[in-house]
Amino acid sequence: MRNDSRSAVSPFGYSALVLAAAGFLGTISSQALAADPLKIGVIAEAQAIAGASIPQAAQMAADEINAKGGVDGRKIEIVTYDNHSSSADSVRAFQRAVNEDKVNIVIASYISEVVLALEPWASRLKTPFITPGAASNEISKSVHADYEKNKYTFHGYLTSAALALSVCDAAKELLVDGKHMSTAVIMSEDAAWTKPLDVGYEECLPKIGLKVLDHIRFSPDTTDFTPIFNKIEAAKPDVIITGISHVGVQPTVQWKNQQVPIPMFGISSQATNSTFGKDTNDAANGVLYQGVSGTGVAVTPKSVPFSEGFKAKYGNYPSYAGYTSYDEVYYIAEAVKRAGSTDADKLVEALEKTDWEGTIGRVQFYGKDDPFTHSIKYGKGLITGLMLQWQDGQQVAVWPKEVAKASMKFPSFIKVTSN
Amino acid sequence: MLPQPKSMRALQILIDGFAVSALYALGATGFTLIFGVSGVLNLSHGAIMVLAAVAAWAAASVLHTGTYAGALIGIAAALVAAFATYFAVVQPIQRSRRIPNEEKEIFVLTGTLLWGIMIQELIAYFFTNNAKTVLPIVEGVVDIVGVRTPRNEIFTAIVCCFVIALLWVLVNRTRTGKAVLAASMNPRGVTLLGLELNNIYIVVWAIYGVLAGIAGVLLGMFLGVSSYSVGPLTASAFSIVVLGGLGSVSGSLIAAFVVGYLETLTAYLISPAYRTIPALLLLVFVMYIRPQGLLGRR
Repeated sequence: MRNDSRSAVSPFGYSALVLAAAGFLGTISSQALAADPLKIGVIAEAQAIAGASIPQAAQMAADEINAKGGVDGRKIEIVTYDNHSSSADSVRAFQRAVNEDKVNIVIASYISEVVLALEPWASRLKTPFITPGAASNEISKSVHADYEKNKYTFHGYLTSAALALSVCDAAKELLVDGKHMSTAVIMSEDAAWTKPLDVGYEECLPKIGLKVLDHIRFSPDTTDFTPIFNKIEAAKPDVIITGISHVGVQPTVQWKNQQVPIPMFGISSQATNSTFGKDTNDAANGVLYQGVSGTGVAVTPKSVPFSEGFKAKYGNYPSYAGYTSYDEVYYIAEAVKRAGSTDADKLVEALEKTDWEGTIGRVQFYGKDDPFTHSIKYGKGLITGLMLQWQDGQQVAVWPKEVAKASMKFPSFIKVTSN
Repeated sequence: MLPQPKSMRALQILIDGFAVSALYALGATGFTLIFGVSGVLNLSHGAIMVLAAVAAWAAASVLHTGTYAGALIGIAAALVAAFATYFAVVQPIQRSRRIPNEEKEIFVLTGTLLWGIMIQELIAYFFTNNAKTVLPIVEGVVDIVGVRTPRNEIFTAIVCCFVIALLWVLVNRTRTGKAVLAASMNPRGVTLLGLELNNIYIVVWAIYGVLAGIAGVLLGMFLGVSSYSVGPLTASAFSIVVLGGLGSVSGSLIAAFVVGYLETLTAYLISPAYRTIPALLLLVFVMYIRPQGLLGRR
């Protein structure tokens, strides 16, 4: 009887226990689902000034969103990886982020070569991926060429083609109309991002009235720029149009030490760093560079609070990729809200509908039928970029008029003939 | 707007090539001296030069010590790093009983290479991999028959030549120097003369540290350095020294000028993008026809 009674009772008892346990586990997992964090992997160049701001800015945005309750109750978690500026390390980090750390989306790198190496992995692992700072046209052209495969990649920064347009738009007003300049020499480093940039320059400079006298491409590991500047000077242009990012400090210092009497104007990514003045011992004074943001420049109402908040938190102003990275976390959060899911395909669809006023302007992506699919749109009312100049150790916006704080000013060795 | 006359360009090449070559020569001299005397190929050479430049930059620009004090701090940093290389990396390997004698050279090579990478990563960690430039001691430009030349470039060339001359006097005219010279010719002979080989090594590493420090600081003033420069600097010193003949100081000097001028000529006459290629081709060619280098003894 005892046995019987036990056998009669115990199955019931067990199943009740199992049911109760299952119920308990069920509530845990459904609670866990609701509170499952939205994981964003951030792969960046921790040792480079441009790259170091990327994870910091992403974390700052995540903290702000989390403080306001997160995304539909889900916290944002930033998982960071240092890629040592290497494509191979980046690919490994990407695989690890997706396969082991189970991130929902990845923000990565300001180097075009790295981004181009990651793009096929975003496709293979079907994980949405946004770059905050690379520029090569090829990133979004590949999305256009094979949309179904490459739709996971988004280009959260201007393409080289757009950068060239931005430089030309500024040059038209500042140099051609303002200083009656008529000739230019293009000086650019040999890298993936400058190939389309140079094509853009060659096309738009003559249109705005700057005749291209010569075009000098040099290896990004060049240290002695003397021959380059001498060659440029021999061509006697009114302005040097730059396309430099891997180099910056060295040509700038040598430009000043050699007293090259021609202004430099264009893309000089390192000049966007707030430490550039100190790194060059103020040789930077007079350098004109394109940017999407600048310390103290209110491109949108969000720009200045972001850069000041960043400075208060990390001790230095963000690099250009910091601004875009910060915006990206916000519009990813928006997209997740709209999609109601972190499913990759749904997230891609939602990201395509992005219309977000961030720190660098209004972010929208080009569509499937545009040549630069998934790249941010360039133009008035969206993102136009700025032209800034180093003046007395400070970065000052000089274009467009709406945000300009000062007019151009050159060191004494520069000969700008007409005013 | 006259086109640039040919003679002007020739003069430009002559002037710019000289400054770069003199700097290469100074950088390579210490490297070859160490090899000549102690048989050590110090692959942390580039890292020590960059360390000197970054220390000088940090002292002058972050701590505001002034240009001269900054330069001295840079040289001191290189001296400390040179001693650290010898005492912490090279000497333990040379004295180890567990490493077979015939493998010690390879161990020293690997050890100094890793040590160089460690220094490089530390610099990148603390100061980022962005390039730094040391504020020049002399600023401005002078006109040399129509060629506008930075005073700093002339200063660099003069200091390099002066230091190399000083080294020549030290090696050939002083007792310590003669002992160093003797050690490079026949280490066993020196010990038979009652000189402590170990002390000679310390002297050589001290000379090396100062030379690498001066070269690093001048490089920081003239061209600028970043943690990325470490590899190329070691490689450039290595190829100059191999071209000139391992261990031969005069061979290195000649090779430095050959490489410096070849690079400058290429940059001016062909394209700055191909700057280093002809010098490397020359190296390969010399290795074929004269494996011991231009003035090598072995």
